[in-house]
Amino acid sequence: MTNQARIRNFSIIAHIDHGKSTLADRFLELTGAVTGRDMREQVLDTMDLERERGITIKAQTVRLRHLADDGEEYILNLIDTPGHVDFSYEVSRSLAACEGALLLVDAAQGVQAQTLANAYLAVEAGLEVVPAINKIDLVAADPDRVAGEITNVIGGSSRDIVRISAKTGEGVLELLQRLVDQVPPPAGETEAPLRALVFDSYYDAYRGVVCYLRVVDGRLRSGSRLRFMATGESHEATEIGFLTPSAQPVNLLEPGDVGYLITGVKEIDRIKVGDTLTDAADPARDALPGYAEPKPMVFSGLFPTDGDDFERLREALEKLRLNDGSLTWEPETSRALGFGFRVGFLGLLHMEIVRERLEREYDLDLVATAPSVAYRVALPDGTVSEIKSPQDLPDPGSRTGVSEPYVRAMILAPSEYVGPIMELVTSKRGEMGNMSYLSPERVELDYRIPLAEIVFDFFDLLKSRTKGYASLDYEPDEYRETDLVKVDILLNGQPVDAFSAIVHRDKAAAYGKTMTTRLRALIPRQMFDVPIQAAVGGRIISRETVKAKRKDVTAKCYGGDVTRKKKLLSKQKEGKKRMKMVGSVEVPQEAFVAALRVDDEV
Amino acid sequence: MSVFDVDRHADMAAAYVHVPFCSAVCPYCDFAVVAGADDLAGRYIDAVIAEIQASDRWGPLDAVYFGGGTPSHVDPSLLERVLEALRRRHEFTEGAEISLEANPEDFGIDRAERLLSAGFNRVSFGAQSFDDAVLGRLGRRHRAPDIGVSVDNARRAGFENISLDLIFGAADESDRSWAETLGRAVALAPDHVSCYALTVEPGTPLHREVKAGADAPDPDTQADRYELAEQLLAEAGLTRYEVSNWSLPGYECRYNLTVWAQGQYEAYGNGAHRFRKGVRSHNVRRVDAYIDRMEKGSSPVSGRERITGWNEEIDRLFVGMRRAAGVGPGPGVEALLGTPGGSLLLRERIIEVDDGRLVVRRPLLSDEVHRQILDLQPPDGWVEPADPDNL
Repeated sequence: MTNQARIRNFSIIAHIDHGKSTLADRFLELTGAVTGRDMREQVLDTMDLERERGITIKAQTVRLRHLADDGEEYILNLIDTPGHVDFSYEVSRSLAACEGALLLVDAAQGVQAQTLANAYLAVEAGLEVVPAINKIDLVAADPDRVAGEITNVIGGSSRDIVRISAKTGEGVLELLQRLVDQVPPPAGETEAPLRALVFDSYYDAYRGVVCYLRVVDGRLRSGSRLRFMATGESHEATEIGFLTPSAQPVNLLEPGDVGYLITGVKEIDRIKVGDTLTDAADPARDALPGYAEPKPMVFSGLFPTDGDDFERLREALEKLRLNDGSLTWEPETSRALGFGFRVGFLGLLHMEIVRERLEREYDLDLVATAPSVAYRVALPDGTVSEIKSPQDLPDPGSRTGVSEPYVRAMILAPSEYVGPIMELVTSKRGEMGNMSYLSPERVELDYRIPLAEIVFDFFDLLKSRTKGYASLDYEPDEYRETDLVKVDILLNGQPVDAFSAIVHRDKAAAYGKTMTTRLRALIPRQMFDVPIQAAVGGRIISRETVKAKRKDVTAKCYGGDVTRKKKLLSKQKEGKKRMKMVGSVEVPQEAFVAALRVDDEV
Repeated sequence: MSVFDVDRHADMAAAYVHVPFCSAVCPYCDFAVVAGADDLAGRYIDAVIAEIQASDRWGPLDAVYFGGGTPSHVDPSLLERVLEALRRRHEFTEGAEISLEANPEDFGIDRAERLLSAGFNRVSFGAQSFDDAVLGRLGRRHRAPDIGVSVDNARRAGFENISLDLIFGAADESDRSWAETLGRAVALAPDHVSCYALTVEPGTPLHREVKAGADAPDPDTQADRYELAEQLLAEAGLTRYEVSNWSLPGYECRYNLTVWAQGQYEAYGNGAHRFRKGVRSHNVRRVDAYIDRMEKGSSPVSGRERITGWNEEIDRLFVGMRRAAGVGPGPGVEALLGTPGGSLLLRERIIEVDDGRLVVRRPLLSDEVHRQILDLQPPDGWVEPADPDNL
């Protein structure tokens, strides 16, 4: 039993590459949670993707035992958080389980937009923010400047900011002491009915659903009957324990404790992250404040290359959702791509990661349609409907207006790039808001910009125009009515739904030109000329032609070798079977993938 | 040649003899050939003769074809021994076509006379081009003037059926050089011409060059060249009777017509393919392995496929549709015309039904037709015969 006064629960907020995972490794070492022998780089990043990309997607958690300066042993529960803009939902769940947040900033790169956004989230959640400057061993380190930036954001004195090197370990012990000193201890009521917050969960093939939780009030006993207050489901606490970081079963979790719970539930939909857990026999009256439901902002159709994989795709999405409550989808049918799902994502990186996980971890071959946003269409009867797919946009005659979501975008960049950024934002229909200086060299720009433009290629362009120095964060803003049109792409006169897009009228010609040009290069020559057209309404705005092929014949059937020629042609035939038929036009899978890739300039 | 003549070849008996030896291997070639192994020729010919003697007695043969490799590269007396063995085993019909492939660089008057007296009556020259730059690019050992000299030698020796093989689409060839090649070929008054599009076959030196960035033959350019060949050869009185073959009336290659009419042909030598008694089979590809098996008295066959029932009908279309005369009616034709792919081929006028026969109108796209043929399904109620050998 640990006295709550000796527990500190905290998260780390850091930008990608600012050294969060390395610092976590140092914590584990210094507190003896992981011995040198078991130490591998970035212990807490368990997914392959996380290690490869050096980013954290899932919240991880670990219980550290630290002997503080006062000679007492403290329990430090570190709840790791994702660093990227798309995952503010995951961040908010992690923060809700903590009393403090460690704000970690790179001594060379300084404060980044995402860090700023997450730091504001922590402040809003009432957390004590403990700042630290990392990588002071770098040649390019400028801790004084960065300290200035930090105090500009969260206040306080720049002298109080700990300067560390997670790599060498310098300053890390001091930082642990700061956490002990500054993060408030939990203040739960041990004698009150049980209330525990489920802040994450994942599916384990052997154990079923594993929940990560934070006990707020009361006692959670192994073997007791529990109730999930939002879903109303009751389950037995088959096993509870701490994460050290390996699972260590215990019989009791008390206020302030962070640990895991296994109930034997296998069905991934039955446990809702964000739910409050209470004792079935002695339930709490009120649930803990819930989280805001994460709202998907970017939508893309995902279709299995092989139509037979549809059910596997559904199962894979269901499994991913266990770890990712923000994932939503509905079935979608495309004439060109068959059966699939329109999936909602928090942002572009989220979309990319989900796709990659589906392909890697579930061995699926997918075609993804161009990402779009949720448009609101005003109908003649006065109602408004929300559409997430270009196919659903009614004809101009059957709608009275279309509005699109805008975001408030915050861009942090060195001041010398203000010109190029303003130019870019203007070309993307953005509107300038405030501009403020974090330091003489670094400026924060505030914009209103259509989300559709961000989703398309804004981030890549921003990076290339600022040599990678700008960082971007955005949050939903209002919907605005704009002049939107639907561009259809026709192959041999037939519209291909997968290529349709809703774009601003001024961008229609450029989109049409890009798609027809790309498709002309991607569609193999057929037995006949294939016109590729882009159209708005009935009007053709762009046209290319794939000329009919003229030669497709094996030179000779030499020496009577009929068998070999049959084999060769059968192999070609198999290749053709992997193509999608659009009318009588054969379109290779790769053409869909390549044509819909957004990384090329438009 | 009447339609009746074309299909009559289904009842002919033919034999193929593979002679794998070459002085050098051309960079585009992926046949079962070998260079610098001339010392094996004697043992190889003995092996071929052993295979002939061990084969089922049938015939008499209407056509015999010595292909390669370069049959003209080995000593004529060796080829004569093979012909002798064939004659003893199967006999030849009166006026049987006895054909060999020859290279212009080794066709002196002396060799021409010896081959004629050995029994050959048709010679097919690997002329390929009359442009020395193209010949160089193709890795050929002869130069343009050699072609005229060897054709002349053949005529003087008494050959009355002479064919020229040409290749179009090589990297150094221009429209003009191809037109000149066709003109000079026609000027030699050949009885038969074959024009092949240069093909980049996997595993060849040409393939490696192209992979390393060399220009691959451009299909549109090759289509232009083919169309020019159609035009100039027709003007010279040569009629196209197969995708790549033209001849004066009555000079169609009888061996090839037998293959395309789904007729039976025996085959001897390494990598040789035969079709006998409803079975397509082939020998081991390597020369040494072939010799080894024959010397040990074991079978040289390394693969076989039984062609019966629906497969036989598909096979009839598959081989027959290369011919300008196409194929006669049958369930396979019905099936093809009934598929969406078949309708598309008809709509695009790539195939046509002409006087009851299904013909390819655009031979340059005939692989489209052949791919459709491979996919055809038998009609409802089709009954497959039992497989007697359980192959």
